Amino acid sequence: MAIEETRIVTKFLRDRPQDSWEYAVAREHNQAYSALEAALKRDPNELIEEVKTSGLRGRGGAGFSTGQKWSFLPAGVFPRYLAINADEGEPSTFKDHMLIEGDPHQLIEGTIISAFAIGAHHAFIYIRGEFALGTERLEAAVAEAYKNGYLGKDILGSGFDLELIVHQGAGCYIAGDETGLLSSLEGERAMPRIKPPFPAVQGLFAAPTVVNNVETISNIPHIVRKGGEWYASMGVNKSTGTRIFSVSGMVERPGNYEIELGMSFRDLIEGLAGGVRGGRPMQFFIPGGASAPWLLPEHLDEPLDMDRASELRTMLGSGSIMAFDDTVDPLLVSWRLARFFAHESCGKCTPCREGSSWIEKVLYRMTNGLGRPDDLDLLLDFGSNIVPGLNAPFAQTTICALGPSTMSHVVSLDRCFGAEIRARLQKDFDKRRSLEVTPA
Amino acid sequence: MSSVPISQWPSEYKYSAPVAGDTEMVNVTIDGVEVQAPRGELLIKVAQDYGTYIPRFCYHERMKPVGMCRMCLVEVEGMRGLQISCATPVVEGMVVTTQSPDVKEAQDGVLEFLLINHPLDCPVCDRGGECPLQDQTLAFGPGESRFVEEKRHFEKPIPISDLVLLDRERCIQCGRCTRFAAEVAGDPLIDFGGRGSSTEVITYPGAPFSSYFSGNVVQICPVGALTARSYRFKARPWDLSAVETSCQSCSVGCRGVLDSASNRLVRFLGVDSEPVNHGWLCDKGRYGYEWVHAKDRLNIPLVARGGGLVPESWPQALELATSVIRDVFDKHGAKAIGVLGGAQGTNEDAYAWARLAKGVIGTDNVDAQLGDGLPAEVVIGMERATIADLDSARAIVLLGPDLKEELPVLYLRVRRAAVDLGVPLVDIGASNTGLTPYAQAVLRHLPGDPEAVTEKLAAALAGQPTRPDELRPLLEAIDKRALIQKEGPVVVVLGRSSVAEAADATVRAAAILAQAGISAKFLSALPTANVHGALDLGLAPGFLPGRVTLAAGRDELAKTWARVPEEQGLGAAKILANAAGGEIKLLVLLNCDPIADFPDGQLAKDALKNVEHVISLNSFTNESMRHADVVFPITVWGEQRGSISNIEGRVARLGRKITPDGSTMEPWRIATELAARLGHEMDLESFTEVQDEIAQVAPAFVGVDSKLISWARDGAVLPVADHAAEITLALSSLDQNKRSAGVSWEPIPTSGEDTPGNGAVPPAVISPPRPAQALYSWAKQAPERTAALADSYSLRLVASRTLYGNDLITTQSPSLARLATVTAQLRVNERERDRLGVADGEVVRVISSRSSIELPLVVDPSVPERVALVAINRDAPGASDLVDINESVTDLRIETLSKPVIKES
Repeated sequence: MAIEETRIVTKFLRDRPQDSWEYAVAREHNQAYSALEAALKRDPNELIEEVKTSGLRGRGGAGFSTGQKWSFLPAGVFPRYLAINADEGEPSTFKDHMLIEGDPHQLIEGTIISAFAIGAHHAFIYIRGEFALGTERLEAAVAEAYKNGYLGKDILGSGFDLELIVHQGAGCYIAGDETGLLSSLEGERAMPRIKPPFPAVQGLFAAPTVVNNVETISNIPHIVRKGGEWYASMGVNKSTGTRIFSVSGMVERPGNYEIELGMSFRDLIEGLAGGVRGGRPMQFFIPGGASAPWLLPEHLDEPLDMDRASELRTMLGSGSIMAFDDTVDPLLVSWRLARFFAHESCGKCTPCREGSSWIEKVLYRMTNGLGRPDDLDLLLDFGSNIVPGLNAPFAQTTICALGPSTMSHVVSLDRCFGAEIRARLQKDFDKRRSLEVTPA
Repeated sequence: MSSVPISQWPSEYKYSAPVAGDTEMVNVTIDGVEVQAPRGELLIKVAQDYGTYIPRFCYHERMKPVGMCRMCLVEVEGMRGLQISCATPVVEGMVVTTQSPDVKEAQDGVLEFLLINHPLDCPVCDRGGECPLQDQTLAFGPGESRFVEEKRHFEKPIPISDLVLLDRERCIQCGRCTRFAAEVAGDPLIDFGGRGSSTEVITYPGAPFSSYFSGNVVQICPVGALTARSYRFKARPWDLSAVETSCQSCSVGCRGVLDSASNRLVRFLGVDSEPVNHGWLCDKGRYGYEWVHAKDRLNIPLVARGGGLVPESWPQALELATSVIRDVFDKHGAKAIGVLGGAQGTNEDAYAWARLAKGVIGTDNVDAQLGDGLPAEVVIGMERATIADLDSARAIVLLGPDLKEELPVLYLRVRRAAVDLGVPLVDIGASNTGLTPYAQAVLRHLPGDPEAVTEKLAAALAGQPTRPDELRPLLEAIDKRALIQKEGPVVVVLGRSSVAEAADATVRAAAILAQAGISAKFLSALPTANVHGALDLGLAPGFLPGRVTLAAGRDELAKTWARVPEEQGLGAAKILANAAGGEIKLLVLLNCDPIADFPDGQLAKDALKNVEHVISLNSFTNESMRHADVVFPITVWGEQRGSISNIEGRVARLGRKITPDGSTMEPWRIATELAARLGHEMDLESFTEVQDEIAQVAPAFVGVDSKLISWARDGAVLPVADHAAEITLALSSLDQNKRSAGVSWEPIPTSGEDTPGNGAVPPAVISPPRPAQALYSWAKQAPERTAALADSYSLRLVASRTLYGNDLITTQSPSLARLATVTAQLRVNERERDRLGVADGEVVRVISSRSSIELPLVVDPSVPERVALVAINRDAPGASDLVDINESVTDLRIETLSKPVIKES
């Protein structure tokens, strides 16, 4: 069987006859808003059940069941809000970017259906500040949706009202965290909040709120159109449906690939993305965005299954795969990731605020030949105060998952290359000591 | 929503972690010990109440939990990983371990993280020695650091306001200061900037942290990152000696701890008193101790000789004063003697002077209020509310001054009630106040005419159909509030919003509310430090100590006093008028300066020019004592023990921390000395004897003897028969030098079980006679004159105080002096400015029926049209030149001095 993509949410933006995201084209070639028309005639609870049946899980990183999340809203408490997390900031992840720029109407349609299902009359799309083109297109698409009666008062004569607001972030990784996003949306500094209360109970402006990822919501129109059963029939185990993976790093054909879950890493990396560049051997790969612990070539035949990834003590996370060949220094990769997390730590929780920059400083000296023999153990020791146990799925002493993310690559270094790195540190140390001038 | 700052959003729009517990008790096991706590209460608090201290930095009992520092991690059975106890509400059957190896490792880890960038400059840090970071490192932290890189560097320190400096290197980013500013003070002027380990506390460009409450952040900072300009490098904590006392910068009476080193006051910190101040202080109270050491303090008696005041010995000065009193008494009788002031002293001072004036000399021309208060019978006779009543109120009605300017910590309490507890707020007044943004109903009226809007409000509150528009949000809020607070009183905060108008209209408005059948209770907002103690102890015409009238108390008092005046005497305005007219020959000024403080400055000047004799007690020289016969220097706050009564009528003790320079004397002792020389021995040798005599003879003070005053931790509200249950006795308070455990930054745990049972709390005491409901008689009085403005060119004057003016505390305290505004300005809104055709800041002529002065005109958008605002605590020329005390309102005409600019159309 040929290795190929299974295109659902990317079908229109890949296969459309004219390269246009605009309403007229989307309507004609992709039946845009036809799912909405059907959904508005149905009972909202039925829609929630449909999504539950589909087994759809959040595509942002945590992989929580979408239907379940929706049903956590306390009954009878209004107003309630829907916030779409379009603050895609995880290094190496660029799938939402494509969905927003390529097919904004699909996202808007999904948003309206989801808002209708949960009973929200205000929805927000919190879009990453750096997505200038995406914002421009999304805003234009929202205006088109208003113009065509899909937003505003009494949508398509159903009596359902919805206001959709596109809100630009200001360039901050932590606004991609659910509660950090809500803080930012309220006009405050994007810092995660302690839970409980969970957003479903006290979210935006202290009202019940659902926060969903762009890809998750883009799947909704298709589930409504073809049914939850259909969606659940794809995928593997509890990872149903398709998922977009952003493949990057040292591969021949980097890019976004929408595949049915359950495909093996090998098929994705070697089959679709063309394998490691120049036919070099792969050294290691990161399976779920910068925050995910690394895997080795021996894991290439494992399936893309969220639960299997947990068993391998990593995660599929935000759906991105970075491959590295044998020319790469894993320490350098680790230091670069550490620098990112030290820069993006919001400063709220002590272990992450202070720990992330300490990790970066230690990795810097390790990378540059100035390490001490026990530096890796030092990292693991104080790092265990951020991630007690050091084992994925990570426990954490911080509010949000950025804390454990700062340690996941260090844990991987130890797991994948521990002996080599320790030997290298000892060698560097001995070399430095041999150069020391002893007083005569 | 969008135009309102986040800090002012009503609580239901704000994210909040669970804080309040409900009444259902649950069983929780903490380190193997089973305890009971209200469900939903935070674990860290429950553990603390039962004696298990969980270390913490960001958690503060008076603020919402934020979970930043991660120091308070504990193990909870059945929950994955460690939990932060500051944000974990207790539930039935919870099993908690606070000292397991995992917890210890996490605490050790958090401290190691906190210390990697902390400069450890403890030897030169103000906090060193009383620093939570030091203490917790000792108790829970690692013994060494594995961090070998260079620490974070910042310029240090940088001023974030005139009073507070920030050392960003020491900061551990706990967010206590930023949360205080936004949540408690409502001045969100500081916040975090930067990210990761470069996170720092910042002010916004061009906007310093100029909050009236900025000093609180210094107190709650768990490291030495925030320091007070007044205290930096002044002392080491172990060299300080401390005493608990009440603040006397206004009449809220916040509890605090006064620290001294080498007989110099160096610091004043708030103490968490649940019924009074929750641990907060305003900056004026916190830094106002400095005036005690002002170099111009009087420290030796002065007598008139050779056309000036010259130093004299105490015996000679007392003799001279005695002969002046005897002379006037013999020639003109007791009625020729008037006593003004006494609202700044202690209760003991007030009682001794009331006894000297009324019981020895026999004059009833005694008034502690200098025309800026309310009629004594109203304050004494109204149904009094306590500060804590604000929390459980059905609604709060503001009918008085701007609390933010005059009673700042009461402002915090009202703000908390409105924002955090959802108590509906009504703002009645002529111009905007600090609380206007939080009010559900804002009822504006022309100055001097609050009755019409009050009637409308009273009808609405009483459930009568009303015009829905402006009161609808209020009624909706009350309905919502009724879901959780059905009963509760309507608390009316009653005071004088302007001294440019007579008090009558305000009192009539209050009477309308008193009679509306809405169970209104009144909280006095008279700002002078101990004015309530002075009134309660008889420094008002027609009253005797203990809230009784001359008639009601005469027989009882006559047993102790030599005499009791036969008929009611005069109030301050009449005393001054009679002094100006020559009927009053001697004015005794008890720590007051009528020329500066009386609203009608001209009348005060005439009175002091024409009166034959003046005896003045004061700590500074002032204009009013220029022609005095004798000036007695007095001891002040911090130098004198005793008690005061705050706005609730709460009697609380004052501590003495230093011995005064020079030879000053407590005012009550001057009274006993004069009485003895007048042939009447009072037989009062110490302040406790005065307190015991008050408890003996003053009906409202029954049970409030020296023992109760020294034992009651938060004081005792009068009459104690009604409030005995609220009294908490503290063993530690007996030892004046013993530092309360949590003073430096933790609130004292509240538990009231250490009652010594030695009879300090009186048993069912006899109820004192209550004065007749004075407010009822006021309602029947017809308005004296129509409140309309004279013509369309007139503006009506509102004369009120600001926190920092030309008052002694502000101008004589070096830290505060830089904040003082001493020149008066005429504040009008933009439209009035345009009508006059003058530029902002231009000097204009202001004409009232009294006089004509020149003032700079300043635009203030919060002032309504047809109103002009002039602050009263300013140097002349100012409001006191414009006010005629005999007029019910003060109308102004404004004339331009320059040619008006005519705009070409």
